[in-house]
Amino acid sequence: MLIIHSDKCTACGICETSCAFGAITIQNDCAVVNECCTLCGACVENCPTQALSIETAEKRKQVDIDNYSGIMVFAEYRHGDVAPVSYELLGIGRKLADKRGVKLSVVLPGGNVTSYASGLIAAGADTVLLVEHPMLEQFREDIYAAVLEQVIGEHKPEVVLAGATAIGRSVIPYVANAIDAGLTADCTRLEIREEDGMLLQTRPAFGGNIMATIECPHTRPQMATVRPKVMAPAVPDLSRTGEIFQVQVPERCLQSKIEVLDSVINHDDQVNIQEVETLVAGGRGLESEKGFTLIRALAHELGGAVAASRAAVDSGWIPYPHQVGQTGKTVSPKLYIACGISGAVQHAVGMQSAEIVVAINRDSEAPIFNIATYGVVGDLYEVVPQLIKRLQEIKK
Amino acid sequence: MHIIVCVKQVPDAKDVRLDPVTNTLAREGVDSIMNPYDRHALEEAVAIKEQQGGTVTVITMGPPQAEAVLREAIACGADDGVLISDRAFAGADTWATSYTLANAVKTLGAFDLILCGKQAIDGDTAQVGPGLAYRLQVPFATCIQKTRKVSSASIEVERMMDDGFDVLRLPLPALMTVVKDINEPRVASLKGKMKAKKAEIRKFSAADIGADPQCIGLAGSPTQVVRVFSPEARGDRKIFSGSVEEQVDQLVECLKAYL
Ligand SMILES: Cc1cc2nc3c(=O)[nH]c(=O)nc-3n(C[C@H](O)[C@H](O)[C@H](O)COP(=O)(O)OP(=O)(O)OC[C@H]3O[C@@H](n4cnc5c(N)ncnc54)[C@H](O)[C@@H]3O)c2cc1C
Ligand SMILES: Nc1ncnc2c1ncn2[C@@H]1O[C@H](COP(=O)(O)O)[C@@H](O)[C@H]1O
Repeated sequence: MLIIHSDKCTACGICETSCAFGAITIQNDCAVVNECCTLCGACVENCPTQALSIETAEKRKQVDIDNYSGIMVFAEYRHGDVAPVSYELLGIGRKLADKRGVKLSVVLPGGNVTSYASGLIAAGADTVLLVEHPMLEQFREDIYAAVLEQVIGEHKPEVVLAGATAIGRSVIPYVANAIDAGLTADCTRLEIREEDGMLLQTRPAFGGNIMATIECPHTRPQMATVRPKVMAPAVPDLSRTGEIFQVQVPERCLQSKIEVLDSVINHDDQVNIQEVETLVAGGRGLESEKGFTLIRALAHELGGAVAASRAAVDSGWIPYPHQVGQTGKTVSPKLYIACGISGAVQHAVGMQSAEIVVAINRDSEAPIFNIATYGVVGDLYEVVPQLIKRLQEIKK
Repeated sequence: MHIIVCVKQVPDAKDVRLDPVTNTLAREGVDSIMNPYDRHALEEAVAIKEQQGGTVTVITMGPPQAEAVLREAIACGADDGVLISDRAFAGADTWATSYTLANAVKTLGAFDLILCGKQAIDGDTAQVGPGLAYRLQVPFATCIQKTRKVSSASIEVERMMDDGFDVLRLPLPALMTVVKDINEPRVASLKGKMKAKKAEIRKFSAADIGADPQCIGLAGSPTQVVRVFSPEARGDRKIFSGSVEEQVDQLVECLKAYL
């Protein structure tokens, strides 16, 4: 709990303002903590007189962290293909492995996956662990968890990375609990700390309004999920060499209580906005569904696809698969043109890694201009048609 | 059928931001609400109860004032609520939260189904549901967008995937987390509100649920926050000025290399 050393407290109030949870107040010239305290430690760090400390009666069970070595990536297979995020994980995994001077392995469970092994090595893996079985053709939480638990238990990696996808976000937290490991969701940055080799995991919190850096001091492996399109995949190097293993898992790992009755692919939204180089996005500023006709025309002119803010999706002007942001998709196109979008942080976290951001907004104070490379201040219904006209002229 | 719904009280996320000058969280006027996804979990539980008969118990781990979300849930159709509250739970990450909720569920006895929201909007982790399923050793599935069929022995559901959806059948007892598409939560009825006012909320402390002190709160959490900061802004920016024509001309000039 949070201990307040009243002899040292000067009632300066810094702890009160530094508390995110409203858990500290100054009463009768001394800090007082209430039950909202989450023991985050922000006040302890900020107290100029060291009047605060956190004490835990019990220490968490610790594992011998020296027994764990190497970086492991969980590669995802579905409907006959390896998910692109797997190659992105190998990109960052390679960097972490080099920094630590350890090996990078990748585990790929699936029905028939041998043919992917060389591509995974070209993308950075030193070791490919293939787990092939007809039961693994479709994703089921229980057997995927059992397989991963088995492989992690055998190889004892210090770090395990997975995609923050429907599959990764489902099975990985189960595995983390099963092996008593710490897990950080949706990381946007991963680094190794020089002094002790600890993995520093940075992620957005509170809908992207703040960033938090997290570590797992006492447990191994250090586990993290990473959103698709946040990390860059390495350029494939076909001259790389590596080892390929067919992993046999015990039969009991392959028994499932879950029946997959059907597996449906949505075809209505053919274009995946995460895969294109140019996106034209519309927001509430369009004021109606018709506005997307204009957005589509511009996207067409640029050979790109259409994206949207949540406000536009919530208004029913365009379906959810087009939504960019905290609760939508993360995109990193070369060019992102935001039309009538204010640039709320929840939207920004989904698109700020675009190479070039163009903002078109009539409010020069809109936050989108803080993250835009180029800003046009004006009514989008004048700007966009004019832009289309100029682009057509250039083509001729 | 006994259905347990896990609900969390969260700060209304859109109001939380870091003050860029002092680097502290600006928390003025931040309301506490029931996690939006949990409303949908609750609605689904109540709908299943109405069809199958049984009871819906809502549980929450949080400070004493989290009792408010339990009463709100009762007003919207839950039968009873359990507040899992103890100073020793403070600082819990998703691992310790899963452990604590699991112990509380075990203390409550048998259940057929546990429903959670897909994620809590304060952390957006989506980790507590699957963690709880492990602790209770029941089959589970996340991101359920539709319940197709329920019987006393099994449940048939549609689970959202990145490229479509899967149709699954799980034997009961099981655990599921739900997305917002699953239903439209009802608003509390007057009768519900009366019931909520009078309801007796059970309270569990760490000792009541037989929790190992090494597994709860900050001490039990494998992950630890070491730094909190504001997202960075982009460096090199160019905001044009002039007439629409002039601005578009400048933009096209700058974009030429990329067209
Ligand atoms: C937990 C949480 C998660 C969220 N997740 C997401 C998410 O994933 N994605 C997302 O986008 N949002 C998300 N949001 C919502 C986000 O906070 C904003 O509300 C949303 O992004 C606003 O959308 P908008 O910019 O289109 O609308 P507004 O904020 O209303 O902005 C409209 C803009 O259009 C401009 N405008 C109006 N008319 C014109 C015109 N004729 N010409 C030019 N400009 C014009 C206005 O000046 C204004 O800046 C989330 C919120 C929360 C709390
Ligand atoms: N403290 C808590 N009390 C009750 N349920 C919780 C708590 N934390 C998380 N949950 C449940 O787990 C889901 C996922 O939360 P999270 O993993 O924190 O994103 C939520 O939607 C709730 O259903």
